[in-house]
Amino acid sequence: MARRNLLRMSRRFDYIVFLAIQPVMFILLFNYVFGGAITTSAENYIDFLIPGVMVQTVMFTAMNTGTGLAEDLNQGMIDRYRSLPMSRAAVVAGRIVADLTTIVLVVAVMLLVGFAVGFRLHGNLLESVSVPVMTVVAAIPFLWISATLGVWIRNVETMQSAGFLWLFPLTFISSAFVPVESMHSVVQGFAEQNPVTIAVNAVRGLALGIPDSSDIVKTLIWTSGLTAVFSIAAVNRYRRM
Amino acid sequence: MTDLNAAVLVEGVHKHYGEVRALDGADLRVERGSVVGLLGPNGAGKTTLVRVLTTLLVPDSGRAIVEGYDVVEDADALRHVIGLAGQSAAVDDYLTGRENLELVARLYHLPKTEARRRADALLERFDLVEAGHRQARTYSGGMRRRLDLAASIIAEPPVLFLDEPTTGLDPRSRLALWDVIRGLVAEGTTVLLTTQYLDEADALADRITVIDRGKVLAEGTADELKQQTAQAVLSVQVETPDQLAAAAAVLGRLDAQDPQVEEAARRVSVGTTRGSAVIALAVRELEAAGVVIDDIGLHQPTLDDVFLALTGRAADEADTIEGAA
Repeated sequence: MARRNLLRMSRRFDYIVFLAIQPVMFILLFNYVFGGAITTSAENYIDFLIPGVMVQTVMFTAMNTGTGLAEDLNQGMIDRYRSLPMSRAAVVAGRIVADLTTIVLVVAVMLLVGFAVGFRLHGNLLESVSVPVMTVVAAIPFLWISATLGVWIRNVETMQSAGFLWLFPLTFISSAFVPVESMHSVVQGFAEQNPVTIAVNAVRGLALGIPDSSDIVKTLIWTSGLTAVFSIAAVNRYRRM
Repeated sequence: MTDLNAAVLVEGVHKHYGEVRALDGADLRVERGSVVGLLGPNGAGKTTLVRVLTTLLVPDSGRAIVEGYDVVEDADALRHVIGLAGQSAAVDDYLTGRENLELVARLYHLPKTEARRRADALLERFDLVEAGHRQARTYSGGMRRRLDLAASIIAEPPVLFLDEPTTGLDPRSRLALWDVIRGLVAEGTTVLLTTQYLDEADALADRITVIDRGKVLAEGTADELKQQTAQAVLSVQVETPDQLAAAAAVLGRLDAQDPQVEEAARRVSVGTTRGSAVIALAVRELEAAGVVIDDIGLHQPTLDDVFLALTGRAADEADTIEGAA
């Protein structure tokens, strides 16, 4: 199943290009347009920015899972799959494995572009390797949330707006692009508690070589918690269709 | 369970969606190796029944068995013995024809080399060899259907469900697909086919089940259904209107039925069960009575007539078969 989704993705060159362009644009815009105006704890804004953009981007990329599933559900493909002697979870899981692979690719692109514009990893080897790993980990629950929405909504257009809308406040009211302390007090409280902030801080700490074990542990906890809940929700919903 | 000859057995299956009774106590039996056509208008419950039989829907009540497997209790085992080609061709646009086939074969748990071998054979057989390496989004409607059908039989399932396999196809593609289906049947595959095209049921099915509003209205061979519900109509056009009465008297004696007289068309029609020999007989008798015939014809009942007589839909068209039993 995963192979099928990867194969068909590789056929959609435009899709991959746009998948990669968006984060690159974010990196360049934020770094060169806003970068000068933002003061952060990190010496260079780019070192602050890249972990934030990476986490934000993988969450958005994860939403394609739901859109892809909704698309399949509408094309009669699912009837065939469900009449085959295959695992009920395979359709959803296959989609997720494929999207996880694209996320890994997107993370790699972002790191490369980041390096090109001055981003550096300041930690030891283990910490540096953990940067992309942690980023991908933060995306996993969003893949499942997206899958749940996809099998629930079953409409590509609705999915496209429903899937992305809530991600804007969630990822922007976080430490992804600016320090939480600089925010208006109305949103500061939310930003501090936002799991996205925790994940961004965890990745950022690893990148700067000053890892915060509490952020890392908290991120691992909320990601696995949400993954557990939504993987069950998605597969259950799919089974009962 | 007890019925070893039936590939498909449905008993009193209900499936309601709120007020809508998609299936309202449907019964069906498909002998192993035969083709049964499930005939009905849109919304009759054909697709719902196929979805129940292919484990896509769980019935509210009743029993449905395919190759000895219960659709609810033995769903996993059942999926190994069925193939489904649904209304919209389940073809992945961004995969090539060959990749589509291999994917489905792999999902049936066939080994890789076997999947490749069968994909090759099916591309050959369904006239898709050249298109096999092209992405399916470049295919025509007929090619997509053929590919879809090929995918549904790649694991050589003994029972095949075809849900309106030719809907939306041009006449030539339709005939080509019929040939493919006939080929499968010749190899011993049991086929349950839904259609709203009467000629399709007539051309492909050994037995026909007419379904409407979730219930089975009639069951039998095409000929049986025609005899049960409609009969042939003999109609004669006479030269001048003053001969109508004489012609009506002659035709009325043939089968002891009341003829219909249409003054304006100078035509007399009567139901008959005598078969085509009735024409020669009528010509002789009419000549003997001094009636000059302009035109004479025997209209054999089609499944259209049967269908209309049974479902009562489009009643204004149904009254051309006056005297239907």
